[in-house]
Amino acid sequence: MRRTRTLALCMTLGLLVAACQTEVEEDPGAMTEEEPEDAEDTEDAPDDEAAEDGDAVTLSIESWRSDDVAQWEEEIIPAFEDEHPDIQLEFNPTAPTEYDGALSSRLEGGTAGDIITCRSFDRSRDLHERGFLEEIDDLDGLENFDEFALQAWQTSEGDAQFCVPLAAVIHGNYYNAEAFDEVGLEIPETNDEFLDVLEQLQEDGTYTPLAWGTADDWIATSTAFDLFGPNFWDGEDGRQALLAGDKPYTDDDFVQAWEFLDQWQPYFPDGYESVSYEDTQQLFALGQAAIMPAGSWEISLFEDIAEVEVDVFRPTTPEGQDQCYINDHPDMGLGMNADTDHPEEVETFLEWAAGQEFGELYANAVPGFFPLGDYEVDVDNELANEFVSWRDECESTARLNFEDLTAGDPSIEEEASRLTVQMWNQDLPPEEVAEEVQQALESWYEPHQ
Amino acid sequence: MQRGTRLAFVVFLAPALLVYTMFAIYPIVDSLRLSFYTVEQGQLVFVGLANFVYLLTDAFAAPRFWNAFVNNVQFFGIHLLVQNPIGLMLAALLTSGLLRRAEGIYRTLIFIPTTLSVVIVGFVWQLIISPLWGLVDTPLLGQESTALPTLSLMSVWQYVGIPMVFFYAVLVNIPRELEEAGRVDGASGWQIFWRVKFPLLAPMFGIVSIVTYIANFNAFDLIYAVQGASAGPNFSSDIFGTLFYRTFLGTGTATGSVTLGATVASLMFLTILVGVALYLVFIHRRLRSYQLAS
Repeated sequence: MRRTRTLALCMTLGLLVAACQTEVEEDPGAMTEEEPEDAEDTEDAPDDEAAEDGDAVTLSIESWRSDDVAQWEEEIIPAFEDEHPDIQLEFNPTAPTEYDGALSSRLEGGTAGDIITCRSFDRSRDLHERGFLEEIDDLDGLENFDEFALQAWQTSEGDAQFCVPLAAVIHGNYYNAEAFDEVGLEIPETNDEFLDVLEQLQEDGTYTPLAWGTADDWIATSTAFDLFGPNFWDGEDGRQALLAGDKPYTDDDFVQAWEFLDQWQPYFPDGYESVSYEDTQQLFALGQAAIMPAGSWEISLFEDIAEVEVDVFRPTTPEGQDQCYINDHPDMGLGMNADTDHPEEVETFLEWAAGQEFGELYANAVPGFFPLGDYEVDVDNELANEFVSWRDECESTARLNFEDLTAGDPSIEEEASRLTVQMWNQDLPPEEVAEEVQQALESWYEPHQ
Repeated sequence: MQRGTRLAFVVFLAPALLVYTMFAIYPIVDSLRLSFYTVEQGQLVFVGLANFVYLLTDAFAAPRFWNAFVNNVQFFGIHLLVQNPIGLMLAALLTSGLLRRAEGIYRTLIFIPTTLSVVIVGFVWQLIISPLWGLVDTPLLGQESTALPTLSLMSVWQYVGIPMVFFYAVLVNIPRELEEAGRVDGASGWQIFWRVKFPLLAPMFGIVSIVTYIANFNAFDLIYAVQGASAGPNFSSDIFGTLFYRTFLGTGTATGSVTLGATVASLMFLTILVGVALYLVFIHRRLRSYQLAS
């Protein structure tokens, strides 16, 4: 029996060990640095001297954008290194689903990179509170950003800045232009027109009206509720009212958004309950579906794999509403590991990253990720330009639950996703979805207690 | 002589004991210890049983925990009732002599899935039963009622080779004389299997069941590979492993907690410990082993 008990122990531990292993496995950056790791605790002096001697300082960048390795290595890093020959950069991404956990353990273990790509709002606030992100209030270049961009990487009280805004993603709808031509459809502007387009596509029968599936529940909020919703709750006004505790989730604005989404259900593909997000990408790219609500982060993918002509249209508005709102979510920032050996060099990089030159470089290298600075940027990509043009006509807002509301247990974003999926899968009425999300909110979020 | 033997015991046990203590006992004790703490401003603070109370009584956390527990019991139940009987049947077929020279081929083929990565198994099955690209129109993985049984059966398909090999090893060792003696006494094939062979197999049945129990209550990978950490739809395929992952590392926008994660791990450990103890007390002691003279 001892054997089985051993086995029991080993297996239980296996999970824990696996969780810790990422730390060891995924740290090639630290090992290839010219300075040995144990120099960390000694004085900074030798490093500085080394830099003056002409030995370049190597900074490593933590990121979850493993898709962008080529863009960083071939375009962004060379541009920076040309201007700053004494600093070398190394881009070390981790898979998006593992990033937060892996980064957190690397920071705890003191092996994280010098520059940290920051998630917006709660995740980075958590890192800052734990002392892992250096405050950068005095950084040159922060004046390039407006309050909406900066707040995503400030404390809730707004008294400290810990990351430079890097990029936002804009939510929108992709559509199959050929399908629209064939069925003779106009681009919908109001919500009724949107449903009407779906109905016509359904009647025509050639295409699945919506590329949609609920196997991954995050898309229920990110690419449905947060895409069309801001037009119901007046963007930032509604979001701030919710955060302040002035408006509950059971408010008409939010319930109406869910009621609208509830009407999508007949237009999903058959068996949508087990269709994953990746499936919907394929479905749309192969030209089998007509509309895919998503966001600007898919531009590169569809340019790569779409077999049909793809275009985008912005979220439709309720009847009779002139003002439009778009979800222009601040998604990525750059910050300094508080434990870095080279604070000055990191600062040099962050200052460069806050400037227009970087913004333009980044926007063109990674289309669909839009710089947040006030400077003008020329983007050489049609779809990206279409997305960014909405900023002129509509007001920007962030994802509804990403600030403060994911910092407790249960995370409101997770609850909202799960319940929205239930609305489609189990016919849970929209009012009850709102009711249950509100209950989760009241269980721990003080302004609503 | 006596002292020498004792010394030898110590010397020979020491390396294994040392390694085992360092890599198994220490981490598990430390993980148990962590479950009594919480993190406040980067510092560990002792909170007694607060984490356990939270997990087992909180209005949002407790239903998740019990849901994962019930699902895990179901996951184990399906393995016990489907995997082990099929494993036994396959082993009986393999040793029956009916397959003649194909025996080795079948044995290998049935065992192969066990050696595959769960990611491959999950992906292949996901495609086979996908309503978009596959053979089945019903979204088996997308309905709350069918998701967990479907995943359990995928796992059964993958691991059925393990009980088969265990049973096979016992069955091939049963001396032919016993079977022949039974036949001389006029027993049918059915009777010989159940009256002669099965009693000899029973202790192995117990061991296979308990190994399945331990493996199932530690299961994680297949569900994670197919449904992701949120073990959807609506947590219907959530088991201890995925609950632990979410609590420890967080998922999507939810932040993880090392100490709460350790608490889930402690409860997993406890569940397995209690299960194994119950098995030892109530079942294992009653199993009779027969000494076979060959």
